[in-house]
Amino acid sequence: MKEQEKPLSLVLFSGTDDKLTAASVLAVGAAVMGRPVNIFLQYYALDAFRNGRLHDDHKLSPEATVDQAPAVKAQGGQHWSELLRQAKDVGAVDIRACALSMDMFHLEREDLDRLVDGIEGVAAFMASASEGQVVFI
Amino acid sequence: MFAMQIDKTIDARGMACPGPLMNLIGAIRQGQVGQVFEVLSSDEGSKTDIPAWVAKAKHELVEVVQDHGYTHFVVRKAR
Repeated sequence: MKEQEKPLSLVLFSGTDDKLTAASVLAVGAAVMGRPVNIFLQYYALDAFRNGRLHDDHKLSPEATVDQAPAVKAQGGQHWSELLRQAKDVGAVDIRACALSMDMFHLEREDLDRLVDGIEGVAAFMASASEGQVVFI
Repeated sequence: MFAMQIDKTIDARGMACPGPLMNLIGAIRQGQVGQVFEVLSSDEGSKTDIPAWVAKAKHELVEVVQDHGYTHFVVRKAR
């Protein structure tokens, strides 16, 4: 398997807009370069993918300083959910909700946005990751 | 400026990374083989991303010209 064709597997843990945007940019980049992308939604990231909540203000991560926050909020790029939609449009991008996090928040499939392709356990996610890197964000 | 005929111009100036690349990809997917696309981008990322994608997707990067505050990319859809 050529390096470029190995999947990129992103574990999204943080549910803040800055980290979701950074992760979505990675997903778009991998997708356009022909790499399959697997995204596993855990904890606070899963919460951000609930139906009707994509465009809520998900705040910034604690490392954003008072000086940096306005620049991050004013960034002119597209919303992370739109980046993920584009990534799915141009490439093979599979977004799965972590079964454990679903249980924790008492969520059902229909509680999640349609960007999410389904629910899976961690072993299935690791099987999809195969020889590619796993990145935790 | 260009001798060749441009079939479609994508003015993506002002768009943030990866917007200009995504617009180019969308236009090329809808276009015909042999058509020539011009992208205008002020995004620094485009300078590396557009050549990288064009090579990976096996299209042809015909020309890259730096203008004042933005870059012209000319790409031929090769397949």
